[in-house]
Amino acid sequence: MAAFDEMLPEISGLRKPYSAYDRWLKEQDPARLSEKMQDAERVFRKTGITFAVYGEQEASERLIPFDIVPRIISGNEWRRLTQGIEQRVQALNAFLDDIYHRQEILRAGRVPKELIAKNEAFLPEMIGVRPPAGVYTHIIGVDIVRISENEFYVLEDNARTPSGVSYMLENRETMMQLFPELFQQIKVRPVENYPQLLRQSLAAVRPQGTKGAPTIAVLTPGSFNSAYFEHAFLADQMGVQLVEGQDLRVVDGHVAMRTTEGYKQIDVLYRRVDDSFLDPLTFRPDSALGVPGIMDVYRAGNITIANAPGTGIADDKAIYSYMPEIVEFYTGRKAILGNIPTWRCSEPDSLKYVLEHIDELVVKEVHGSGGYGMLVGPAATKKECEDFSKKLAAKPSNYIAQPTLALSTCPILTDKGLAPRHVDLRPYVLVSDRIQIVPGGLTRVALKEGSLVVNSSQGGGTKDTWVLDD
Amino acid sequence: MLLGRTANGLYWMNRYIERAENMARLVDAGLRMALTRTQNASEEWNSVLLSAGSDAAFTQKYSDYTAANVADFLLRDTSNPSSTMASIETARNNARMVRTALTRETWESINEAWMSLKRILAKPIDERDLPSVLDAIKRETALIRGAFYGTMLRNEIFDFSQLGTYVERADNTARILDVKYYVLLPSISWVGSTLDNYQWESILRSVSAHRSYRWVYEADYKPTNIADYLILNVRMPRSLTFCYRFLTEHLRFLGDDYGERHACHVTAGKTQAMLAAGSIKDIFDAGLHEFLANFIRDNIRLGDEIAQDYRFN
Repeated sequence: MAAFDEMLPEISGLRKPYSAYDRWLKEQDPARLSEKMQDAERVFRKTGITFAVYGEQEASERLIPFDIVPRIISGNEWRRLTQGIEQRVQALNAFLDDIYHRQEILRAGRVPKELIAKNEAFLPEMIGVRPPAGVYTHIIGVDIVRISENEFYVLEDNARTPSGVSYMLENRETMMQLFPELFQQIKVRPVENYPQLLRQSLAAVRPQGTKGAPTIAVLTPGSFNSAYFEHAFLADQMGVQLVEGQDLRVVDGHVAMRTTEGYKQIDVLYRRVDDSFLDPLTFRPDSALGVPGIMDVYRAGNITIANAPGTGIADDKAIYSYMPEIVEFYTGRKAILGNIPTWRCSEPDSLKYVLEHIDELVVKEVHGSGGYGMLVGPAATKKECEDFSKKLAAKPSNYIAQPTLALSTCPILTDKGLAPRHVDLRPYVLVSDRIQIVPGGLTRVALKEGSLVVNSSQGGGTKDTWVLDD
Repeated sequence: MLLGRTANGLYWMNRYIERAENMARLVDAGLRMALTRTQNASEEWNSVLLSAGSDAAFTQKYSDYTAANVADFLLRDTSNPSSTMASIETARNNARMVRTALTRETWESINEAWMSLKRILAKPIDERDLPSVLDAIKRETALIRGAFYGTMLRNEIFDFSQLGTYVERADNTARILDVKYYVLLPSISWVGSTLDNYQWESILRSVSAHRSYRWVYEADYKPTNIADYLILNVRMPRSLTFCYRFLTEHLRFLGDDYGERHACHVTAGKTQAMLAAGSIKDIFDAGLHEFLANFIRDNIRLGDEIAQDYRFN
């Protein structure tokens, strides 16, 4: 079965959102285009937009390949998507507030109790804690896939610390440098105000007792982290400090950073450090990346941590399969954006089905991310399927399975011209006293022909994502 | 407002950029000596290594003082933390850490220097290529300096960067002089043999001052003039006085900005006053070596005090 191509579906021909771009593309000299492709790589390399790949000594800093053919979404398609995303994000925050307070959804029996209590992403330390302004997930990246003209599904909710937004911004910047004339011909909605929106959004959820303008900082694990470029980029663009755990300590009931003039109070911390490393006094005692005592400051309401600790319980892959129920429970309406049908291997019937059909399914670890620890059945060898079945049978509750969907494709530029490749989309959502979604997002593309794995650590690339102002 | 860790990163970034270039300069001077004098080349390379503070580490690895070995050790060897390659790598790591404090131009110039030197220094250097490799190193560091001076705001970020540059440079010039101080002593120098001339030129070359010396002093090399030039001349960009003029100036800016003066202000002020009041005759009378040893010690102390006073760690 051929996948739905967003630019050139086999039957209906060129799709409307791409018509102006296609006209432009046909006028271009192929040699000039491949030159532009190399220009783009030089720009990325020079500015150091790299990411680290763990476990690879040699190429410890690599570029995420960038494709110059944009992924284009019409204004109408975008409006539909944003309605679905907004609803989902509201439900996620309501779910988190409920889970850490009255747990009504568990009492109503809509989500099994064991799923929460035994889940590592659930933080008992957060029970009864209400974050400033009641917001749990300040920044969310919702991974969306498309399989036909009208079918969009949510693949994953990234409610902890979604990354990649710097690529959304740099991809646009690069496209505008390479093809300024395109942006004059085609009205594309801008994304470059994301850092300002993020800053405003973080300032809006400052602790109640903050005097004057809040001091905001980005907490990074350090320059050897794979997403360090993004941490530095966002701090820079927002005009706030980029801090590490070693810069911070608790002073007089507040979190403070060591400056050349002594310790200065921080009000809002956009942390890019995982929960378990956040506070060695509360979580992992061996963590050098966090701040001893920050959880006490947090519970006292003297700092905003974005995203709140414990939000992982909302984007856990085991919880994911309950999202349609969760959305309906809190918003009172059916989910606008659907879920991909998911088998929970913890349920015996599902496990049986998954084991019997493993060569047709995608099986994922509940707590895995980045495309690691997963099996793509149709692409795996018989041996790989058998090995994975053993792992699955040994600890079924650790896995979920989904059908291999024919993800939509979007062409990339290759040596032999345009060629379709599978894509997904991660729009970025900011939550404060309101919900804002920047028109666009990060389109990830599997560069290998036929591959469905779009993760950058597994040979994926990115594209600029255009939402048309039409 | 500046994080102490960021100030630390800026300071060391610039110390290492300075060091990367100084290594190239020292090898350059050594190479010149080795080419112009057939005898005692190994002695020359030995003093190059002493000036670089890398002699002990070198002898653990090599038994011969040859151009190829020394160039490899001082330029390429990343197990030598002061080699050009290791220094550029450390400078870039620091730059990455403080990236939000740098202009895009400055960061890119450091990143590009790292990329290009990594390529150039990937393989052992063919002796025939050594001059062009040295040129490339000096060109890359010059580009960084150009981007830095041309684009950075003159604020505390600039001040901490400059402190790193001048502490490193003062240390470097003082060490070069100290390794060769004996060839500048009057008992030998009044003779002015050809051998001495080479030695003197070599000292000047190590700080890229063999041409400018002639613009300031008479054409003949004279040890007192050389010492005067490298220690007391206010206009010579690598002299101790020049370094301290800028060190005290940037410390004063920081003191004014923050409204607070620290131990480092006192230490830098003392050294500067000593240099301003001193004449080269006094220095020679009191002992050149003692003077330099004291200077190096105080300069190290200044670095420690800056780190402590501005909460680098």
